[in-house]
Amino acid sequence: MTSALAFDLLLAALLLLSAWQAMRTPHLGRALLAFVVFGLLMALAWARLDAPDIALAEAAVGAGLSGVLLFDAWRAIRNKPDSGKNAGDEA
Amino acid sequence: MKRFAVSAAALGFAFWLISALLNLPATLIDLRPLLAEAIPKSGVAHPVTAVLLNTRGYDTLLEIAVLLVALIGVLIAVPPGNPALSERPATADDAMVPALARLVAPLAVFFAIYVLWAGAHRPGGAFQAAAILAAALVLLHLAGLTAAWSAPTLRLRIGLIAGFLIFLAIAAAPLLGGMLLQYPPALVGTLILVIESGLTISLALVLAGLFLLLADRGGVR
Amino acid sequence: MTTGLLFALTGVVLFAAGAAALLLVDHLLRRVLAFNIMGSGACLVLVGLAQRNGVPDPVPQAMVLTGIVVAVAATGLALALIRRLHAQTGATTLPRDGADND
Repeated sequence: MTSALAFDLLLAALLLLSAWQAMRTPHLGRALLAFVVFGLLMALAWARLDAPDIALAEAAVGAGLSGVLLFDAWRAIRNKPDSGKNAGDEA
Repeated sequence: MKRFAVSAAALGFAFWLISALLNLPATLIDLRPLLAEAIPKSGVAHPVTAVLLNTRGYDTLLEIAVLLVALIGVLIAVPPGNPALSERPATADDAMVPALARLVAPLAVFFAIYVLWAGAHRPGGAFQAAAILAAALVLLHLAGLTAAWSAPTLRLRIGLIAGFLIFLAIAAAPLLGGMLLQYPPALVGTLILVIESGLTISLALVLAGLFLLLADRGGVR
Repeated sequence: MTTGLLFALTGVVLFAAGAAALLLVDHLLRRVLAFNIMGSGACLVLVGLAQRNGVPDPVPQAMVLTGIVVAVAATGLALALIRRLHAQTGATTLPRDGADND
């Protein structure tokens, strides 16, 4: 029982940490990567919540597909680095 | 300072909501017994699928409509075949990626069909199957094996809208003598499988289209 | 504390942090991230709260399943609009009046 609670607490902490990274890391590429990690951790959280349906959809859509969409959009708008801080180098 | 004000407001909101959650009374409305009662009549044995396609069919019907509208919005914002908006460099020269994609894509299709079929009695269903299929389509493009979709052809358009139209037809047919989404009890299991198959194809094409319709015409090896 | 309640509380924090970031960050891609994190937080509250006595509840689970697919479509639309904005103006942030940076 306690080990399950410890795992849940660790998972919740990692969720918050990866969300914080996605929103606050200066480098945009790392922020997108942190968001993909966040999506995978969400899939784990859904599995812990006895929701295997959502876990499956989240792993495929939340982590996979939106990650691809975000990285593709990042590549498309990165050509002209106009906001210095977030421009970043080649991944 | 804006930063401070917004952070303080967010913190205050979080603390207020957390204290409210911790002091909530026991559940007032529990839908589980109602749902358990409805499942034998719903045509499927898995409760989540029963909610999605039978008891809350409205949500799913409108959801596929919302997805179509979103895809149309994407096509308007970024017209296909416009290199300034969507040029994509050639994929990396790595023989492993296409080889792996060739291996994974058929397995993904196989798995998606299993997940769709499993949805009737265990976790699975149209959404998950569509997500897996869409991921396979995107993977094939990223590996350089298939071209991006330059513009929605007639076949693609039919595929995109088929799921919505099949669902709408089955949902509206009972209007002749009853209510929207009131499936005939004898056929309910079959009808749900037909709806789910259509939904899987359309959802997969819409989800993959969000990415593939933005890509350029080149990129095929 | 049950798993459901714990993740509902996590969802509250994610929602609040996402809302604050949505207001505070400038880069539009990062706003999309913040918006998605807000959405994930709301989904966690919806499912976690319904399951705070430890019994799975399929009704909110089905709603969240719908919500996840709609969220990715909304993300795709937002990203397409960002691409269009960037192609036409070269900007990756929305114009604003004040000079309040980040």
